[in-house]
Amino acid sequence: MAKIAVSNTVSVSGALEELPRVGGYESLVREEKHGTKSLCVLVQGVKCAVCIQKIESTLSSQKDVREVHVNFGAQKLLIEWEGEKERANEFVQIVEELGYGVKPYSEKSAQSSVKSEGRFLLLCLAVAGFAMGNIMLLSIGVWSASGEEMGVSTRNFMHWISALIALPTILFSGRPFFRSALSVLRKGHTNMDVPISLAIILAGGISLFEMLHHGEYVYFDSAVMLIFFLLIGRYLDFKARNNARSSAHDLLQSFQGFASVVEGKNTKQIPIRDVKEGMMVRVSAGEKFPVDGVVYEGSGSVDTSLVTGETLPRTIEKQASVYAGTLNLSTPVLIKVVKAAEDSLLSDIVRLMDKAGQTRAVYVRIADKAAKLYTPVVHTMAALTFLGWLFLGGMLWQDSLLIAVTVLIITCPCALGLAVPVVQVLATGLLMKKGVLVKSGDALERLAAIDTIMFDKTGTLTGGDLKLRGAYDPDSLKMAASLAAHSKHPLSKAISRSYDGALLSCTDVQEFEGKGLQGESSGHKIQLGSRDWCGEDKKTDSHHIELWLSIDGQNKTCFTFEDRLRCDAKDVIASFKQAGIDMLLVSGDRSEVAEKIAKEAGIDEVYAQQNPKQKFEVLEKLQSEGKTVLMVGDGLNDAPVLSGANVSIAPGTAIDMAQNAADIVFMGGELLPVYKTYRIASMTQSLVKQNFVLAVSYNVIAIPLAVMGYVTPFLAALAMSGSSLLVIANSFRLKLRS
Amino acid sequence: MNVLLYLIPLALFLGLIGLAAFVWSLKSGQYDDLEGEALRVLLDNDDNYHDEEKIEN
Repeated sequence: MAKIAVSNTVSVSGALEELPRVGGYESLVREEKHGTKSLCVLVQGVKCAVCIQKIESTLSSQKDVREVHVNFGAQKLLIEWEGEKERANEFVQIVEELGYGVKPYSEKSAQSSVKSEGRFLLLCLAVAGFAMGNIMLLSIGVWSASGEEMGVSTRNFMHWISALIALPTILFSGRPFFRSALSVLRKGHTNMDVPISLAIILAGGISLFEMLHHGEYVYFDSAVMLIFFLLIGRYLDFKARNNARSSAHDLLQSFQGFASVVEGKNTKQIPIRDVKEGMMVRVSAGEKFPVDGVVYEGSGSVDTSLVTGETLPRTIEKQASVYAGTLNLSTPVLIKVVKAAEDSLLSDIVRLMDKAGQTRAVYVRIADKAAKLYTPVVHTMAALTFLGWLFLGGMLWQDSLLIAVTVLIITCPCALGLAVPVVQVLATGLLMKKGVLVKSGDALERLAAIDTIMFDKTGTLTGGDLKLRGAYDPDSLKMAASLAAHSKHPLSKAISRSYDGALLSCTDVQEFEGKGLQGESSGHKIQLGSRDWCGEDKKTDSHHIELWLSIDGQNKTCFTFEDRLRCDAKDVIASFKQAGIDMLLVSGDRSEVAEKIAKEAGIDEVYAQQNPKQKFEVLEKLQSEGKTVLMVGDGLNDAPVLSGANVSIAPGTAIDMAQNAADIVFMGGELLPVYKTYRIASMTQSLVKQNFVLAVSYNVIAIPLAVMGYVTPFLAALAMSGSSLLVIANSFRLKLRS
Repeated sequence: MNVLLYLIPLALFLGLIGLAAFVWSLKSGQYDDLEGEALRVLLDNDDNYHDEEKIEN
């Protein structure tokens, strides 16, 4: 058992005291109708059923809490209670104490409209399903009986009931198609929904006409079945795309944190958005700087790895500049805001990301390409069929129109519409189980096409944590670890990690910013810190990061550290090489460190000491050479490249912003998921192509038959469903093949 | 064929019950978080415990 004596840690620049951490959430509380208050926040780290239970049961046992609900998919928490607004902060603190991160969130109209769109599609699907079942019930009766058996009046009765069910259904469930078709027609374009809407309306219209004239055949069943199957494809596609949209929304939310602004003697929590130039902001240890500024009071060290990619913290003193998004490691400091949040370094990066995101929008999905080609052909063919039969074939206009509708139904891109979303939903589900989260709908499609990979170093190729190199005298290590346990500095943490024995008790521990730690243990004065500070003047030529230990100014030991590769990085790089993909390392760290890591991993091309802008320029250069680039990175400095690259992957340890910018996020300490995802993406893409071939060859066979008038609309609808089922069955081979 | 006069409305009625049940489940938000609900199945349902506690208070 490790024993640490309670020490009186004195912070040298301790004039500033710690603040209560949680505050400001009351401004996000909403008043509900029944006089209750509600708060919706983003929670981070909810990974399993136990997490849901822990949060919900803890909060619902609080007094006056009426409802607590964790939305696992969206990672949101809703709390409803009776009483004062201010209790919001109390609840947030409870959740944080349970070990989950909480971020402010305010429901924007964009997000809720997405939610209602999902509900709307499901509702349309349910109504179409209900109608399809009931009309089939009647249709089967009509078809299985001959005219004499049933009698004309009974048949008409059945047709009337079918119409009563089908017409409202067409009007209700057909809306997603009608709306989309109308909106593109208004703009003078056309899309897949135009022939679909036309087929549905015409099939319904002709059936109505036939029914009123006591005709033998009506095609309400075909129209409703068409709607039902198309809506399935539509809903799956919506689900695949929705993830991408909501994560982009969450990124904006991450700028909604609070800053502790000091005015005279009072401290107020105000939203970061509202922070103005010249304000004083207090930042406690372990907190991120909300805005860019200069240090006004206090000093300390700052972890800038997220912005610059450097592994070692930077020391800051009075008048030093600090950047938004970097982490204050040691002592509380007071900074004077030089730039408000919207024009800080962080926002520059966001702007760079926006710019990058726009260029990516040029990418056109396979399905859209197909649709562009497909619709004019379909329209022309149906129109020609109608005119051909009417004038050349000498048919009645009703019969000619019926054949034209059959052509529209049979060419309906139902299987084509399912070809991509079904495989994608299956692939994302499969990857989810392997700990890989695919966030944007078409990420896999883009991933399959890459020919170049840009890797970030810190936290991506390497685990991000520093490791102690070599072996040391156990007593010195014990002494160093005992002292290091008192600090949050990355080097201290690295020492603590590599030592798991009992600790000595240290007293009078002081942390000198940028220098090191000092404390007393069993009558000895021990110091752990930089070479100069420990009084060592002998130069070493090692390019490793080092830390010195001195006991009573004597017995000096030098600990050296290195950033180590992820255990399977080498194999993954080799596999990618075998697949014929170029790789390069782009890092913000010093060139000797970057080159060493690149050499170990087997990457030949290295760009070191790159700031976010330079990294982005490397990407732009590659893309202008016609390369399709995958970016794998985790830091803030990678964020622009992550959103600008053709496709991007971030580890689960990456900062929120990088995770948000990336298309795919993988969990765990290994790099292998990156390669696995690439493999599955390639597989997905080949299945999508097969599906297209299936769907198109079905059309090639069926269309001539339909044009010649051998197919009834019902047979057409049946054949169309058959081809959809075939495509779905083919997609399921993904599960077998992986 | 008169039996159709009963059977068809009956079939429609049964179908409508199903549809109404679905619409209710949709409106009450049961489709908003599909992954979460899949996990919730695994939980011991002691939510009732808290509800009872609240009623007593």
